[in-house]
Amino acid sequence: MSKHNIRVTINGVPHEAQVDARLLLVHFLRDQLGMTGTHIGCDTTHCGACTVVVDLEPVKSCTMLAVQADGAAIITVEGLERDGKLHPLQEGFCQEHGLQCGFCTPGMLMTAYGLLSQTERPTEAEIRHAISGNLCRCTGYVNIVKSIQYAAALPR
Amino acid sequence: MIPAPFDYHAPGSLAEAIGLLQQHGDDAKVLSGGQSLLPLLKLRLASTAHLVDIGRIPGLEYIKEEGGYLKIGGRTRESALERSDVIKAKYPILHDTALVIADPLVRNRATVGGNLAHADPANDHPATMLALGAEVVAAGAGGERVIPITQFFTGIFSTALRPGEILVEIRIPAPPSRSGGAYVKLERKVGDFATAAAAAQLTIGADGKVARAGIALTSAGPTPIKATAAEQFLLGKLPDGAAIAQASKLASDAASPSADRRGSVEYKREMARVLTARALAKAIARAGGH
Repeated sequence: MSKHNIRVTINGVPHEAQVDARLLLVHFLRDQLGMTGTHIGCDTTHCGACTVVVDLEPVKSCTMLAVQADGAAIITVEGLERDGKLHPLQEGFCQEHGLQCGFCTPGMLMTAYGLLSQTERPTEAEIRHAISGNLCRCTGYVNIVKSIQYAAALPR
Repeated sequence: MIPAPFDYHAPGSLAEAIGLLQQHGDDAKVLSGGQSLLPLLKLRLASTAHLVDIGRIPGLEYIKEEGGYLKIGGRTRESALERSDVIKAKYPILHDTALVIADPLVRNRATVGGNLAHADPANDHPATMLALGAEVVAAGAGGERVIPITQFFTGIFSTALRPGEILVEIRIPAPPSRSGGAYVKLERKVGDFATAAAAAQLTIGADGKVARAGIALTSAGPTPIKATAAEQFLLGKLPDGAAIAQASKLASDAASPSADRRGSVEYKREMARVLTARALAKAIARAGGH
């Protein structure tokens, strides 16, 4: 099996690493870099718990090889908080009770981050469409939608 | 889940990619968006010794109108179709399709060429491309050749692509005025494969009668199904309720779905009829027929 040297920027920090060809991006983040904020849910491209933002687009990191990310700029849930201050989305999830068990939350946050970076003031329908690839088994989505609306209304 | 080991190649040019595919033959697979292939490799339903990633080859992502065709680069992402103004304005059938493929996160990586070349009869683009009368362009060592979409799907998960060939472009003949199309899919939830789905693309002539009809079905057999009898029936007919009803019946007769947890054979065949009727009605409305 081939090994590859990759360079990625994660949350603004450059990383260089050697990875196996078959290493998934989510395993690279969690196991090789110890960044366990990104969760593994279904591991079959359904649930979206592993969502990270790659070159400004939210994608499922269980369905991408680490080597495919060579040269990419990645944002994970660890990159949302700045200088001890929560990101407006995190603030929204706190204020609007956007989580119960919290397992889907990193993926929800990153999908919402991708949405808000393209659409400043999304409608409720646009929010629901955007998160349709992220499963939450606790909240019924109502408070997640409210959380994203909360963040969209804040200055960013 | 972790795929079985493989060697990974990231060629920087089409020629290099074709060379790698020729060198490794059946031991190589093409990686485009990877949203079907990587899950299969992870589940170990598929394995490969060499993965040839075409993701770094420049010039394979575009949507352009040229020489009477809409041309879509093989590696164009589904999310690009979803956002394209040309697609929204002139090819609503493709916009319908892009919106129901998997989910928005998957569509950020999944590609149109991959959706066709994977040849899963439950994939959505095959039916829409059959309805549109598309052609695909395959690039190999001997240059490019054009394959009509009607000859592209040769069996379950198999296509007319030869080893060493890459699907580089999809060409759709620009529909004349008074044309319209629609894709209607029944799915249990976002991200699911179709229980059944129907694609319809029609042109209405100056006499108000159907001048061209393309109808195809998803999840209706071992390959995408072109409902030829239904298409033939509609030609020269006024696109009214009776014609839609009969064409939909003929389309469902062409379906040979298999039973699974999404439904029985009888249910899926009935859904093929219902969805064809809905797709036709929508296509006719979009063509300005009713």
